[in-house]
Amino acid sequence: MTMKTLIAAACLAFGLVGPVLAQEGAHSTPEIAKESWSFGGVFGTYDEHQLQRGFQVFRESCSSCHSARLLAFRNLSEPGGPGFTEGQVKALAAEYTIADPLVEGGERPGVAADRWPAPMSEADAKASFGVVPPDFSVIAKARGTTQQFPWWIVNYFTAYQEGGPDYIHALLNGYHEEVPEGFELPEGKYYNDYFPGHAISMPPPLTDGAVDYADAEEGGVNVPETLDQYSRDVAAFLMYVAEPHMVARKETGFRVILFLVLLAGLMFFVKRRLWAGIEH
Amino acid sequence: MSEHSTYTPGNPFSKWLDDRLPIIRFSKEHLLDYPTPKNLNYWWTFGAILVVMLVIQIVTGIILAMHYTPNIAMAFDSVELLRRDVNSGRVLQAAHAVGASMFFVAVYIHIFRGLFFGSYKSPREVLWILGVLLFVLMITTAFMGYVLPWGQMSFWAATVITNIIGAVPFVGESVLQLLRGGFAVGNPTLNRFFSLHYLLPFIIAAVVVLHIWALHVPGNNNPTGVDVKSTRDTVPFHPYITMKDLYAVVLFMIPFAWFVFFAPDILGHPDNYIMANSQVTPAHIVPEWYFLPFYAILRAVDFNILFIDSKLGGVIFFAGAIVVLFFVPWLDRSPVRSGLFRPLFKWFYALFVINFIGLAYLGAAPADGRVLGIDVPTFSKICTAYYFIYFLVILPILPRFETTRPLPASISENVLGKAHA
Repeated sequence: MTMKTLIAAACLAFGLVGPVLAQEGAHSTPEIAKESWSFGGVFGTYDEHQLQRGFQVFRESCSSCHSARLLAFRNLSEPGGPGFTEGQVKALAAEYTIADPLVEGGERPGVAADRWPAPMSEADAKASFGVVPPDFSVIAKARGTTQQFPWWIVNYFTAYQEGGPDYIHALLNGYHEEVPEGFELPEGKYYNDYFPGHAISMPPPLTDGAVDYADAEEGGVNVPETLDQYSRDVAAFLMYVAEPHMVARKETGFRVILFLVLLAGLMFFVKRRLWAGIEH
Repeated sequence: MSEHSTYTPGNPFSKWLDDRLPIIRFSKEHLLDYPTPKNLNYWWTFGAILVVMLVIQIVTGIILAMHYTPNIAMAFDSVELLRRDVNSGRVLQAAHAVGASMFFVAVYIHIFRGLFFGSYKSPREVLWILGVLLFVLMITTAFMGYVLPWGQMSFWAATVITNIIGAVPFVGESVLQLLRGGFAVGNPTLNRFFSLHYLLPFIIAAVVVLHIWALHVPGNNNPTGVDVKSTRDTVPFHPYITMKDLYAVVLFMIPFAWFVFFAPDILGHPDNYIMANSQVTPAHIVPEWYFLPFYAILRAVDFNILFIDSKLGGVIFFAGAIVVLFFVPWLDRSPVRSGLFRPLFKWFYALFVINFIGLAYLGAAPADGRVLGIDVPTFSKICTAYYFIYFLVILPILPRFETTRPLPASISENVLGKAHA
């Protein structure tokens, strides 16, 4: 370890990051609102139509730069998700080419068991964009919002886990053409209200009307084709990518907690009966 | 309290075994008949809860280790794949991660119960010391476990915390390199932390055996702090205490399950879902919540003390905050065990609890922030000062000024008095 890293780490350890944080405070980040999500709270489940739309946004827009290496095609037809049929998933996977050193030519069409292929190698991404676009496998869990004390305590009782989607929604709607006075935007960066430090490398990825949703006649649900709607849908989809089996997890949770509450109730009476003859 | 045994072997085989390995006699004495004060309250159930938590951590941990890959390129994904593709993997992983938090909830309650009711006082000093040793082992195990998922917080917590050792004069640098297996946190660090994280829980289990042994020699303390005088004061461990403890364990499992199934990530930090990257420092490095009070003490020392620089000073206070616990049995000079009979102590104790929670809050606060209008470094210094003053000044000196309330003659008298009041 070089002396510099050592000093940096030591500074962090002893809370000397003050000046850095103070500098950021000059252009403070506006508070990120808690949005209403179909999958929020203990009873929340994913909205199939929303996930399908979010998948479309992801596929047509995000996935040309961002990878999602842990997402398997088969996940898309598993219960609790966007509800594609196995046939649809097979056909979808076949559209992609998967690098496989075991087959002749080193490439083959994808199958449902494959994972989502990266659009480009990290080296290529670095050459094209200057940074590697973050992988989307768990991005919805890797971002969050903060609440002031004591409001975050409430989150423990409401099981609020949607800080990631809230952040993604805010970020996608947080671009500004004009930069606030006094802020020096580095070359090739974009100004965003919600990005830490405000200078983001990603250009605004979505605009009104950029993605053509299927309407009700084509089996979808009529929703406005606006940036706000796209960002909600893709945020929901990314939450699903980060946690494809959330619904099953919550369903098990209800059974477990119901069992524990009933067992505790029985135990209470047994214990009381047992101790009834003892002064304590 | 096992001088006289009531066990008589029921058949020739158990007689034969009893002469060679009196394991049935031992179990009967210590798991069934062990006389326990009948006035124990629910604060006393956390010992059993801790045993259950240790077993849960070991069982889930062993299964997780079957799927985990201790390699910096694969560790992060192996944890994620375990959650996505292994049957019940997401429940096991969440139970293990949330379990660590619940383990610390229980241990803090257990420790604070001991501090209030004077459970560390003679003749239970060794019991207390073993308990503090268990706490130290738990901290070490939890810290190493947190590094294994190899997220950003894992990596940077490992970097910052191992750096503490580097501050020790003369040997620090070489011990630091030995611990990390190199000059920086990397693959060798991950490998040795994995190995030690698997080893330490079994050492904890062994010390738990000693802890329970040291408990069974003098017997339990109790809310009055008065010694057991006769068998009227006690109940046999089984079925009275086993049933009560089991009830408490089931109750404890309810919030545990709540977090596991409904909010498995709420106790962690989002940054730990970003794979470790030595080139990118997170804006705000925070340890897991259960280390925050001690982290606040570490950060509070940001000034040089004579020839000791702030870094070493922080380490001395950080280590001192735990080491002082070993000496509590001799620091507290009051002959009265239970805080219930110490009118002044109660208030200092209550303040100590609030102060400790305050330290946790300050440990998570950004160093340039303000809490209740006071800047975080100053506030941390005040709370750190009280933490040490409580142990080093208040506990030794308070008995000189305190008139304790009269103690009941026995547990039974206290219980009866309460019933008729």
